[in-house]
Amino acid sequence: MSQAELVVRSALPALDPENPVDLFVAKGRVLGLHPAGAYPAPEGAKVHDAQGLVLLPGLTDVHAHLREPGQEWKETIATGLAAAAKGGFVNVFCMANTDPVNDKASVTQFMLDKALATHPRGPRLFPVGALTVGLDGKELAPLEELKAAGCRAFSNDGRPVADSELFRRAMEYASDLGVPVIDHCEDPFLAPHAGINEGAVSARLGLRGAPTAGEAIQVARDCLLAQYLGVPVHLAHISCRQSVEIIRRAKAQGAPVTAETCPHYLALTEEACEGYDTAAKVNPPLRTKDDQLALLAALEDGTIDALATDHAPHAAHEKETPFDEAPNGISGFETALSVTWELAQRGDLSTRALVSAWCVRPAEIFGLPLNRFQEGDPADFLLFDPKARWKVTPQALVSKGKNTPLTGRELTGVVRACFVAGKNVL
Amino acid sequence: MSWPHKDLLDVTQLAKADALAILNAAASFQEINSRPVKKVPILKGKSVVLFFAEASTRTKTSFDVAGKRLSADTFALQKAGSSLSKGESLKDTVLTLQAMAPDAIVMRHNASGAAAFIAQRLDCAVINAGDGWHAHPTQALLDAFTLTRRWGSLEGRTVLILGDIAHSRVARSNIHLLRLLGANVRLCGPRTLLPHAVGALGVPVFSNLDEAVRGVDAVMCLRLQLERQQAGLLPDLREYSRRFGMNQARLAKAARNAVVLHPGPINRGLEIASDLADAPESLILDQVASGVAVRMALLHLYITRKEPKE
Repeated sequence: MSQAELVVRSALPALDPENPVDLFVAKGRVLGLHPAGAYPAPEGAKVHDAQGLVLLPGLTDVHAHLREPGQEWKETIATGLAAAAKGGFVNVFCMANTDPVNDKASVTQFMLDKALATHPRGPRLFPVGALTVGLDGKELAPLEELKAAGCRAFSNDGRPVADSELFRRAMEYASDLGVPVIDHCEDPFLAPHAGINEGAVSARLGLRGAPTAGEAIQVARDCLLAQYLGVPVHLAHISCRQSVEIIRRAKAQGAPVTAETCPHYLALTEEACEGYDTAAKVNPPLRTKDDQLALLAALEDGTIDALATDHAPHAAHEKETPFDEAPNGISGFETALSVTWELAQRGDLSTRALVSAWCVRPAEIFGLPLNRFQEGDPADFLLFDPKARWKVTPQALVSKGKNTPLTGRELTGVVRACFVAGKNVL
Repeated sequence: MSWPHKDLLDVTQLAKADALAILNAAASFQEINSRPVKKVPILKGKSVVLFFAEASTRTKTSFDVAGKRLSADTFALQKAGSSLSKGESLKDTVLTLQAMAPDAIVMRHNASGAAAFIAQRLDCAVINAGDGWHAHPTQALLDAFTLTRRWGSLEGRTVLILGDIAHSRVARSNIHLLRLLGANVRLCGPRTLLPHAVGALGVPVFSNLDEAVRGVDAVMCLRLQLERQQAGLLPDLREYSRRFGMNQARLAKAARNAVVLHPGPINRGLEIASDLADAPESLILDQVASGVAVRMALLHLYITRKEPKE
């Protein structure tokens, strides 16, 4: 057994906080997890005092927008990964809707080079390749080339493929390559250009709303295709009860479907758009309390596998317009864990479901090495101060995207250290 | 007169007493409009920008006339020919306008919430002349004024709002204001032209006009935007007219002396039969006349509020 190079002392395991532990790390991997004080730190080992801090496996975000290349005023790979580290993320999947679109190897390579140059120790970047050329939904992108360049998933996120035949072929082709497909579920004809739920608030404010059925129809299509083809599909940012019920039924029937939702759907409702608050404009839109309850229950019973941020940074001036004209998106890396931790503290979500959804299932679904704190696991973990309070302000966020409806709100919990392969990247 | 509001964005901002104060003020300004010399110096030296980022004839002209009759200087700005058409943001356009120190900006815009958006950023009074599908407070006030002149009070009266409710800022503002002033409100229109969550608006909804009209004191027809047919919301305009067109026969089912209103511009024979539009029961031109008086009252209230106390 190697000699420990790093010992994290007296951390509180998220799932067993009554029993503090010492974590021993060597060569970027876990050596062992032991009751606090059971073993001395070897001479020369770096000791990190984690008294009062919660120990979690590193978070994986399978859905983020880093905007580079092409929209660096909103975010760059450097600022995005810095924000991700601050949020406790060790793995970050970045969507393909950059400019140019990530539909060719050169773009993928550019992203990976930038990540390596600016964050050589992590967080790790996993580009998501476009499913179709230019995200136009007309012809398949060169998926093998994208895989070879380093894409770890394919998605037309934001511009879902309406043509069911093309989507079927994309699923089949991607499955040959062993690369998962992520689908943004939205019937583009039924939910045109809406940043608000179709419901009481949209009726009052006089805004075009997106019905939940616009999402659920596409969810149903994808579930049926996955079952028919026996090919997996991962459903992005699920926002409503109807979708949850369809996914639950599909899973019960053996369809190889997985799904994610985002913290903002759990913490906010359509009422956040009152006053035409463009910070709360996101696609799919924030829904109702009933949808929120369905999502929480689905996370608890595993119908929804994962949490993802859908981190979508925009510059202040872009959101400073009338609601209809504002771009969709919430900057999410830095608030994600605090928001979901608070839900767990309130009893709306179990800590077990939280750890599973942020750490375990995303890694399993996308085939990433997972830290279960067993010998040989990658030393990807974070130390979280569960008592610290912080206020969401533009200055407090390192992301270039300050666009969050949580601005001004006090949140609980701060990531004190984020270790990727044994190195603190904070 | 003391006036608690900086801006008029939506009738939901107004207490009943505020709305009645506006209607009372309008009644006194109405008299000016019948004088041989229709001008008073109340707003002399004040300037009003009429910023219409969406087409308008009557609202814009009405505000223009109202401002001029109070001796304010009015300046019109449209989207075409403004820097908005060069891609300037709304925020920058209105900040530029504000730098020229107007006393009020009257704005129409195709985005719901646009008036609130600029009001948060400007020091001068902002009067919403229609924002997207959201609100048209001055239209609702002039409708209430028109009906009040006819009836004395709206208490206990029933008003049917007919047509394209989903896309109507006039409907949203009228539903609130008419109820605030004591009227009962009903809605009628095809399901495709009602908001999905129409129940959230808190008034009874009918899909059959002959039932809806029974016993009402007024029918407020809404303008049908003809492109709704192309958008797949209606089979054809003839069918709309048959199901939802207002005419004398249908009005006969309403209460005695019932009246019809329409915010204009009207599509004759579509939303309203041509003969009914011109009949004594039609208050359409009264609405236009009321509009000037109401807007005079509003300009006066919102602009003079800003004057320093002596």
